[in-house]
Amino acid sequence: MKKYRKIISAVMASAMVATLFAGCGNSGDSGSSSADNTAAADNAADNTAAGGETAAAGNNGGTTIKIGGVGPTTGSAAVYGIAVQNAAQLAVDEINAAGGINGVQIEFKFEDDECDAEKSVNAYNTLKDWGMQMLVGAVTSGCSVAVSEKTAEDNMFQLTPSGSSVDCVKYDNSFRVCFSDPNQGMASAKYIGENAIASSVAVIYDSSDIYSSGIYEKFVAEAANQPFEIVSAEAFTADSKTDFSVQLQKAKDAGAELVFLPIYYTEASLILSQSSTLGYAPIFFGCDGLDGILNVENFDTSLAEGVMLLTPFAADAQDELTQNFVSAYKEKFGDTPNQFAADAYDAVYAIKAAGEKAGITPDMDMSSMCEAMKAAMPQISLDGLTGVGMTWDASGEPNKDPKAVKITDGAYTAM
Amino acid sequence: MSFISYLINGISLGSVYAIIALGYTMVYGIAKMLNFAHGDVIMVGGFVVFTIVSTYGLPPILGIAIAIVICTALGMIIERVAYKPLRNAASPLAVLITAIGVSYLLQNAALLIFGANTKSFTSVVSVPPLKLAEGQLIISGETIVTIISGIIIMIFLTLFVHKTKAGQAMLAVSEDKGAAQLMGINVNGTIALTFAIGSALAAVAGVLLCSAYPSLTPYTGAMPGIKAFVAAVFGGIGSIPGAMIGGILLGIIEILGKAYISSQMADAIVFAVLIIVLLVKPTGILGKNIQEKV
Repeated sequence: MKKYRKIISAVMASAMVATLFAGCGNSGDSGSSSADNTAAADNAADNTAAGGETAAAGNNGGTTIKIGGVGPTTGSAAVYGIAVQNAAQLAVDEINAAGGINGVQIEFKFEDDECDAEKSVNAYNTLKDWGMQMLVGAVTSGCSVAVSEKTAEDNMFQLTPSGSSVDCVKYDNSFRVCFSDPNQGMASAKYIGENAIASSVAVIYDSSDIYSSGIYEKFVAEAANQPFEIVSAEAFTADSKTDFSVQLQKAKDAGAELVFLPIYYTEASLILSQSSTLGYAPIFFGCDGLDGILNVENFDTSLAEGVMLLTPFAADAQDELTQNFVSAYKEKFGDTPNQFAADAYDAVYAIKAAGEKAGITPDMDMSSMCEAMKAAMPQISLDGLTGVGMTWDASGEPNKDPKAVKITDGAYTAM
Repeated sequence: MSFISYLINGISLGSVYAIIALGYTMVYGIAKMLNFAHGDVIMVGGFVVFTIVSTYGLPPILGIAIAIVICTALGMIIERVAYKPLRNAASPLAVLITAIGVSYLLQNAALLIFGANTKSFTSVVSVPPLKLAEGQLIISGETIVTIISGIIIMIFLTLFVHKTKAGQAMLAVSEDKGAAQLMGINVNGTIALTFAIGSALAAVAGVLLCSAYPSLTPYTGAMPGIKAFVAAVFGGIGSIPGAMIGGILLGIIEILGKAYISSQMADAIVFAVLIIVLLVKPTGILGKNIQEKV
């Protein structure tokens, strides 16, 4: 027995040493092995764990700009990841057909993270071995936060289309296209106030969820400056989210004309059905978490009639950009794009705009490309699908006007 | 007026807990084990009815019948495969851990088959809502049906246990497994029958739960299952009327706590009440204090 143990420990030890070396090689010491490794970088895609000398260091020394994407294309959030993958690919193809960034073609590769933070870091490492110079991702907040730790370490430029939690852009190398969670609360309050939708408002939120409670807090703070009053604010938690009769009854008793729902669509579908049982018909107003309520299998969409939600994108908007995007997307992927697709499409075009401003070239390593992009992002202004004249702060937050959609006849309609 | 309305909502939620608790208490009373997979059998029942009624468009009554058959079979298979081999294990913890394992197994299997996307359940109850006080108070058809089914099941179970031979065998097994075996009672058969009945009840509970709260995911059964377990302990685990009373009281406490104390603290209040009841009366409201003979 002892003998075997010795052999096993020897094998284990050598495996550990090997991993150490592999780790060194991949940690991205910029430019040190850049001159002659085009072939190595290509090999790396096939043979990621080959060892120290295949370090890609974000520089393919080649003739294309390599952009990577990370998001869930399988699992529970697959709808989001697939939309981002498709729309980003669409934008890349369009840009390439029009001559690329500064005349350089883009290569795009997308890796699945199954909406799992650990797997998103693996996906990121795989892309780095492939030679990625900039990242569009991750798609969901949790994964974006996990990956941003790595991109900050490597100084890789990161632009998440849809990671909305505050920490997604904690580091100065990361930017986002969508509104942050708290900003959605502020934007919702402004929208309700400025458009005089209601004068008394009730809120039902999930106090055990950071997304929901984050929006709620900012909503309340901004409501103080708006011409409406919050008459009832009731919470629920992850452990008691089947029965909403009390929260609805209180909103009804307080005479709320509008119920603000900064929550996800699963609970919202229950709230809508219980509210109809209760004979209570206020205006329901939500954030991007409600996007998807019409896709709940077997859901009676008449319950959602008149629900408003703050989402940056409506597929039936009449402007030319949206129309072209929607028809191209439908033709290519046979599906109507959602807001995640729009965010991703804008993300790629933002990279193009910033890339042109910064004058990036494919032979830059990822760190110097990141510095150039970081400096260029606050200087660009983009007319995208999710906003006209979008600009960015150096902190990574976008500035754009919120848009709202209303559900009419079982479809999202721009307002 | 709003107090009465809260009370009705509480009874409505409580009646769902009660019907789930009946299944828990039945299995605990006879097999002396906590079947943590009970909540997930409820979820399976919900999915079976959803598939039959919403996907294939067959009549709900057929859906319920098939759900009862499938859940009964599932309950017996779980018992045979996962619990029976451990019945004589050195530690009673083994079977408890297995039950938690089965619970996760069912959840993840459902996740694989049906996906994580929420499904909206079409209510199978066609009873119209009862409107009182000029429409100020509305008692939904689902609440009425749930309470009536709960009472019918309670009476049926009590009669079954006390008046039939199989029921007497259950009582005997629950009292002393070894002695029951010596008296010629088929212990394994009796426990299997208990699981069959408990799982059939789970199917009914699943249909009623999903009709009252029409949202179906692979995790639908988990939390109501735990709450119902609390209700069963609250009412006195092993006692059939106790489960009914415990369930309804739990629902009322939860809703009133939410309404008058804090909507965030609903669960904290429920469990605080549970702790107090157990401190005062450790066997629950209707639990009997049986002396262990040494």
